Amino acid sequence: MGDIYSALVDIVGKEWVSSQKEERYLYGRDPGLTLPHEPDYVVMPRTAEEVQKIVRLANEEKIPLVPKGGGLALTGLVIPQKGGIVLDMKRMDRIVEVNEKARYVIVEAGVTHGVLKSHLERHYPHLRHSIPDSPPIATVVGNAVIHGQGRLAQQYGFNSDLVSGLEVVLPTGEICRLGSCSLSPYWFSRGAPLPDLTGLFLGWFGTTGVITRLALRLYPAKKMRDVMVFLADKGEQVPDILLRLVHTEMVEDLLVNFQPLPIMLQGNYNMLMYITGDTEEEMEFKRKMLWETLWDYFESRDGGFMSVPEIMKSPYLAMPSKDTTRFADVRKGGGFEYSGPIIPLEKYPDFVRKTEELAEKYRLAYSTIGRVIAAGHCMMFAFAFSFNRADPDEMARVKEALHEAARFSIEQGGVPWKPNVSEQKLIMERMDPVTLRLMKLVKQSLDPSGIMNPGNWEMP
Amino acid sequence: MIKQYADQVHRCFRCGYCKFPTDYSDFNCPSYARFRFDTYSTGGRLWLIYAWLKGEVEWSEHLAEILYACTTCKNCAEQCPMRFSTDIVDWIVAARSDIMEKEKGRLPPAVTAFLEDIYRLGNPLKSRERRDAWAKGIKRYQRGDEYLLYVGCLGSYDELGQKMAKSVAALLTGAGVSFGILGGEESCCGSEVYLLGENELFRLLAQRNIQKFTELGVKKVVTLSPHAYNTMKNSYPLLGGYFELYHYTQLLCRLLREGRLKPSPGRAKVTYHDPCFLGRYNRVYDEPREVLRAIPGLELVEMGRSRENSFCCGGGSGNFVTDLLSGSRDSPARLRVREAHKPRADILAVACPGCLTMLQDAVKVENLEGKVAVRDVSQVVAGG
Repeated sequence: MGDIYSALVDIVGKEWVSSQKEERYLYGRDPGLTLPHEPDYVVMPRTAEEVQKIVRLANEEKIPLVPKGGGLALTGLVIPQKGGIVLDMKRMDRIVEVNEKARYVIVEAGVTHGVLKSHLERHYPHLRHSIPDSPPIATVVGNAVIHGQGRLAQQYGFNSDLVSGLEVVLPTGEICRLGSCSLSPYWFSRGAPLPDLTGLFLGWFGTTGVITRLALRLYPAKKMRDVMVFLADKGEQVPDILLRLVHTEMVEDLLVNFQPLPIMLQGNYNMLMYITGDTEEEMEFKRKMLWETLWDYFESRDGGFMSVPEIMKSPYLAMPSKDTTRFADVRKGGGFEYSGPIIPLEKYPDFVRKTEELAEKYRLAYSTIGRVIAAGHCMMFAFAFSFNRADPDEMARVKEALHEAARFSIEQGGVPWKPNVSEQKLIMERMDPVTLRLMKLVKQSLDPSGIMNPGNWEMP
Repeated sequence: MIKQYADQVHRCFRCGYCKFPTDYSDFNCPSYARFRFDTYSTGGRLWLIYAWLKGEVEWSEHLAEILYACTTCKNCAEQCPMRFSTDIVDWIVAARSDIMEKEKGRLPPAVTAFLEDIYRLGNPLKSRERRDAWAKGIKRYQRGDEYLLYVGCLGSYDELGQKMAKSVAALLTGAGVSFGILGGEESCCGSEVYLLGENELFRLLAQRNIQKFTELGVKKVVTLSPHAYNTMKNSYPLLGGYFELYHYTQLLCRLLREGRLKPSPGRAKVTYHDPCFLGRYNRVYDEPREVLRAIPGLELVEMGRSRENSFCCGGGSGNFVTDLLSGSRDSPARLRVREAHKPRADILAVACPGCLTMLQDAVKVENLEGKVAVRDVSQVVAGG
């Protein structure tokens, strides 16, 4: 072990390696409920070449290697299940290029969504990216690897859909570029017109390689942005309302919340629609279109637009949303976790009912959030439960509730998002065996020594 | 002195907002920016404190370094989205005080030396000089004087701090202000002692000052250091010491408004570094800027991070002496002077003797001498 430490120090320098208890403790757990497991080393590389050397060392020594970004998935995906080395990628923090005309940004693996947002606002105010609601320390790469969704999800899909090129250190130590950048200086396409190989790394949670650079598509940043809120009290009507809003093609982000707090919204489905424009006329036109598309719900008194005072608007408009994080303090205990399956829109009412049932059964504080993805092709539905980290009984109840939620999701035709290890097993049990065999083949081909984030996507 | 922190500290979710300024442009937690392991962020620190309280992590030299590398700059309190945000720094200070009792003798050696030197010598700079050796010709406070100029340890013993003290004293004298210093009778204000968790020594120092001020009939205190300003304004009343507190930049501002101070004209581009204990702790942002703007010929430019988003020089919690964040290109003071150089400022104006010494040293290491001059606000006013 001492030799490995020295070898790591030789690669990145003493300052950027730790095998001390404090780092092992902290990097062995995340804010969710997955049981902790400590790494042997935490290393902070600065360059792809350093990553290469570390991967080669891990291969020689057969040591597990877990790449980590912000570590905010909450489902234990970067908890090193079998110890080894955690690669904290946040020192690779350069924004390499913004191509204004082809509208993409190339970032290193440690660039956070917060820093990217700030950089674009300051230097390219006409461009923006799809920023997720996870805290600003979430990395662009980490979020793409878990198929995160951002504020442009309704229009453009998962953040992984917006990737337009990757640089990856393969588990054997070679550096590989995927997409147009494999033969061109431009990173405008992840695949087309070539075979799309980025899928070998997105959604794999670092089990097939270490992404060191990523290109992300950018979109127009309009001068004005506003939020409208529509309230309805019948869950069955929500899918239709959402689809009507999608049909207008006026909404860039579309969310539906159902939660017991604040009391003024209790019992209501609270739909948030975000619109943008360059002129007041454009904004007014969009508002009118949205009003008109839901007019008959208003007339039948099944729903209505809520007047949103400025003080309430500002947290809605904040990117990322601090309110999402505040849910962790509902139980005054610093914890929440959610099961966030990707589901068909039509199933929304069943999922809300199931959340209420679970909250009652396990005596939990809950919140639900639905985010429409890619023009209504699917939605992310979060069964979110807050817990007190000082209350082991409550933590156990949340864990059981989330496990039941994951089973329910799969039974209902949904697919758990960023699944924890036990949810991954559930998925693999139900997956088409040929698909599973293909996944296994991919994994074995890319990572023959099985060093990459072992424990995750471990096929039988 | 929050002892209930043990029942609260687990509420941190470790979301990481504490690492940033409001616009997320860079890391704004000085120890995280320096060390980059999550353990050195406020969230990491609070989780480790909780682990220590639960017995999951034992006290160690490394844990001590992590805990004392926090400069208590309050960026975390400013950015944390939770309702308990205002308590975070108090939790860290309370944990240090707990540690002081439970792990006595196992603090970082520099912290131990800092506290011992104050206990033995009355200052953390290892000086055996008289406290007023610098102050020849400066009047001692006498009953009836309007202001007591509280100079503090850096003003009394540090070469740059002494220049700053002389400069402030000269401006006040020139403006006809009725003031005096305590000279040899002044005691350390105890600010850093408190932040490092040594409550008993803090109480002793504070009471000594309170007693002396009261004996002399002091009503108004003007301080050189924002640290002293903060502790005398916010902690001394808890020990029975009620005085009207001013930071010297506030007094200069008042004198300017009253026409009693005529700044020397100068041709320079100046940027102002908000000290944490004046800015985030006490919301004094405008007066120092008003003073600088009043100087004919001076152009005031802002750094990317200013006011409530100011980036700490790395000197808080005694680090201007213990210097637990030094030794790297990413040491906060070095990051800060590079930031000051970006808008091509000729002068980096400060309002704290701690910032003055930290940033002056950083200018040397960064080879920015002759490009950026670090001066305190009074020196800029005086045309120095």
